[in-house]
Amino acid sequence: MNSPDMNTIKSPVSAAPTPRVIVREAAAPRPRWQVWLIRPEVVTLVLLVVASIVATRLSPFFADLGFILESSTYYIEFAIVALVLTIVIISGEIDLSPAAQMALSACLFGTAFKAGAPIPVAMGVSLLSGLVMGAFNGVLVTVLRLPSIIVTIGTLILYRGLAQVLAGDKSISGFPGWFVGIDYRMVGIVPVPVLVFIAASILLGLFLGITIYGRQIYQIGTSEIAAIHAGIRVRRIKMGLFIASGLTSSIAGLMVASRLGSVRYDLATGGELTMVLIVMLGGTYIFGGRGSILGTFLAAWLLVIIATGMTVANIAINAQLTVMGLLLIVSIIATNAIYARSQR
Amino acid sequence: MLRRNLMLAAALGATLLSGAAYAADPVSIVYIPKNTGNPYFDSIIKGFEDGCKTLGCDFTTVAPASAEATSQIPFVTAQIQRGVNVVAISPNSPDALNQVFDRARGKGTIILSVNSDMPGNETHRDAAILPVDFTKTGPSQVELLGKQIGYEGEIAILSATTDAPDQNVWIAAMKETLEKDPKYAKMKLVTIAYGDDDPQKSTTETEALLANYPNLKGIISPTTVGVAAAAQVVETAKKADKVKVVGLGTPNQMRRFIENGTVEAFQLWSPYNQGLLAAHFAVGVKDGTIKNEAGTVFEVPGLGKVTVEKDSVIKTQADLTTFDKKNIADFNF
Amino acid sequence: MSAISRLFRAREAGILVMLVLFVAVVSLIQPRFFSTETLRIVLLAVPLILVAAMGQMMVLVARHVDLSIGSILGFSAIAAGMIFRDHPEWPLYIGFAVGVLSGAALGFVNGLVVTLFKLPSIIVTLGTLSLYRGLLFILSGSKQIDPNDIPEPLIRMAQTSPIDIPWIVIIAFGVAFATWLFLTHSQIGRQIYAIGSNPTAAPLRGIRVMPVTILVFTLSGALAGLAGLIYAARFGYVNPGITGVGFEFTVIAAVVIGGVSINGGVGSVLGTVLGVLLLGSVQVALPILGVSGFWQNAIYGGIILIALVIDRTVRQGGLRGLLARGGA
Repeated sequence: MNSPDMNTIKSPVSAAPTPRVIVREAAAPRPRWQVWLIRPEVVTLVLLVVASIVATRLSPFFADLGFILESSTYYIEFAIVALVLTIVIISGEIDLSPAAQMALSACLFGTAFKAGAPIPVAMGVSLLSGLVMGAFNGVLVTVLRLPSIIVTIGTLILYRGLAQVLAGDKSISGFPGWFVGIDYRMVGIVPVPVLVFIAASILLGLFLGITIYGRQIYQIGTSEIAAIHAGIRVRRIKMGLFIASGLTSSIAGLMVASRLGSVRYDLATGGELTMVLIVMLGGTYIFGGRGSILGTFLAAWLLVIIATGMTVANIAINAQLTVMGLLLIVSIIATNAIYARSQR
Repeated sequence: MLRRNLMLAAALGATLLSGAAYAADPVSIVYIPKNTGNPYFDSIIKGFEDGCKTLGCDFTTVAPASAEATSQIPFVTAQIQRGVNVVAISPNSPDALNQVFDRARGKGTIILSVNSDMPGNETHRDAAILPVDFTKTGPSQVELLGKQIGYEGEIAILSATTDAPDQNVWIAAMKETLEKDPKYAKMKLVTIAYGDDDPQKSTTETEALLANYPNLKGIISPTTVGVAAAAQVVETAKKADKVKVVGLGTPNQMRRFIENGTVEAFQLWSPYNQGLLAAHFAVGVKDGTIKNEAGTVFEVPGLGKVTVEKDSVIKTQADLTTFDKKNIADFNF
Repeated sequence: MSAISRLFRAREAGILVMLVLFVAVVSLIQPRFFSTETLRIVLLAVPLILVAAMGQMMVLVARHVDLSIGSILGFSAIAAGMIFRDHPEWPLYIGFAVGVLSGAALGFVNGLVVTLFKLPSIIVTLGTLSLYRGLLFILSGSKQIDPNDIPEPLIRMAQTSPIDIPWIVIIAFGVAFATWLFLTHSQIGRQIYAIGSNPTAAPLRGIRVMPVTILVFTLSGALAGLAGLIYAARFGYVNPGITGVGFEFTVIAAVVIGGVSINGGVGSVLGTVLGVLLLGSVQVALPILGVSGFWQNAIYGGIILIALVIDRTVRQGGLRGLLARGGA
């Protein structure tokens, strides 16, 4: 899972002719250990270790795996969506609407349930809505060719607005016992949502790392024009990615519904920031073409450690907001710098 | 297998640690308000602090940035982990916190719902400290407005959100009072508007009220954001003499309007006393001096005798406090 | 050139038609809407959006976006409010200066990070959205600025003026006029359009992209700061957790409706003013029609998307051209 992406980036198909010449002429090859060390994923891993040590120092209550795993369930839903978002960003697009999609699909689930639908049917409604919302984003981006950045700001407002229209500000609850509490179902001491996250990471990591589609996605993100010339079905793949994003969001929305035992329109508010933060912390290049699932996987745990560490140390929320904002900016600057170096 | 044992050891260590802390230290209380930066909850915090000063309990407060339904959950979990004895909380949702509360209580943490209850989910918390006898809010507000408009004319209500549980209880009581009590027979409730506790929305909603009902005589706004916005709109539109505004507000928020005559009087209770009472109750229950069951009577210095009612509900005061030109200078919260 | 100016005119005419249609339809449903009273309410509602929209418009024209303006608005309002509260004896303009300058400083930081590290503004300002909100909580100690601490003269600015149009309305339209002068009659103003139309070609034409881009973000921040003072005047208090939250979406909606292209290089003050008026009318019309406030966000989101699609359709020579190309 570590190396294929680097290969892809340097593959001749994806690079524009002129820069390739420069790359070749640019001086001596870097020592292997440097190539390995100066990678965003390694930085993320180092940060993860540092953060764990700092958090342990900050509060004596932090170093407890059971507690960390339990706390991770509050962020893991975002982390799961962030995995798909990573692929979307690698392909050169972005989706800022998943948090709103989570809210709308969860509210649809709740409304369907209240209307008398059995839970499996309500879940089906919710998943279908994720599919439709993702496809709607996809159509706007791939067929109407609108920039995803602004389209998904629009749909972010629209989807959450629709959730508000649908559910008002009532919270919908009363789901049966078997549906509620996915985060308290454990395998050993690992809560089920964490297992889902790990499984999704492995699957998507393999998808991106070893399948032909994965390679094509990197190529699209590196140079869309080159990808089209290489015969890659760019629009179909992007459409698929937006649909996958919608579907995953609705799954995450259902997981929140199960964890809380209730849904409300403001569920996952501001989640887009958390998701983008995770992807950026994981070293995915904001302009596409580079990044890995491994990085996002590590970044998710970094976020869990930082957020949980600060909360259990009773650090005020103002400091937390400040840290999150700074982290996002610093991480994209760092990632940019690393890619700029490795390109030299 | 080895890993699992290690984890077990870590967990055990943590349990021992918190257990030891519990045996040696004074009662520890954490209060989690709806969100940070809300002056109303600052007064409750002040009450807790003063209460703990005299009682010798440890008090801390932590708050999320937004009043979104799930924002308090990580904070509750972190407090369980810290081994806190009592979590007092003004819940952002009547049900989204059920699971985490159950877990906290399973570990021996006492959960107190402060300032509002969790209707329909009372079994998930230990007790609720309410500011006032909520059945009196509605009639009391109607009377306050009635007095100012000569018990006659069109009136409107500007509430928080359509599903705000407390406000809806009060509005139902207002409607009933207006219908049943012949004293208010000539007061006509024309509409209920919802400002969502957002300054901007409350403002446009009030402006719409004035535009849609030119004969409007009064507005009741039983929410602190709403009543301030309504007063501001009436002042801006220079209609303070035609449309009377009453409601529930904090003195600091409303002082300007009382002093410049836009608002004659408004009501509230004492959030400070709620904090004070909650601190006393929490320590008493933890010490075993107060039984958390209906009928228990205990004394809080400065507040007198307090009774635990059905479903472990405790009301801080019986009647609402009315603030007007005469007494507003005495209050600072 | 004339073709472009015609397009501009068509664009603004289109928005004007939408505005007139909207007012007509709402007035038909609810005749009370068509009154001077409603006009007064709309005019009171728009200054806040209009001032910030002028900044956002320039940012969009330069092919960027600023998501942090809501937090900047809150920060500036708190900073100015703290001056008012702690130094009531100081003249009003000091509070104004603090508000506008602190906004400008935060905007400058946005611009600097975006240009220096060549990062996408949407991600940078998504980060500063959170960062600035955190800083404003820290600055204010999470304490609200109460109505009592807002100076009387400031509050009266939202109520009246010598010519009986509230000062904030005059200021807002003054800002719009100044922006128009700046964009159409100054060299830098025209350079902003050039950068947005073609960022790679701009340096070849002797435009210093970095300083101009930083200036645009600084202006956006300063105007968001000014909007913070208008907020304090209109609502009479400033709350660290409420003031300005979600404001960026309203402003972006207004600007996009106003025909400013998110692809940069296109947008006019007149269009933006009309867009703001349309959005302000929607805001006021919903409660008068008795529509639940819950609809507001869905309507905003829908309007943004429709405006985007219209924008794209116009640029690609109508729906047919769009579909033809889409099929390619």
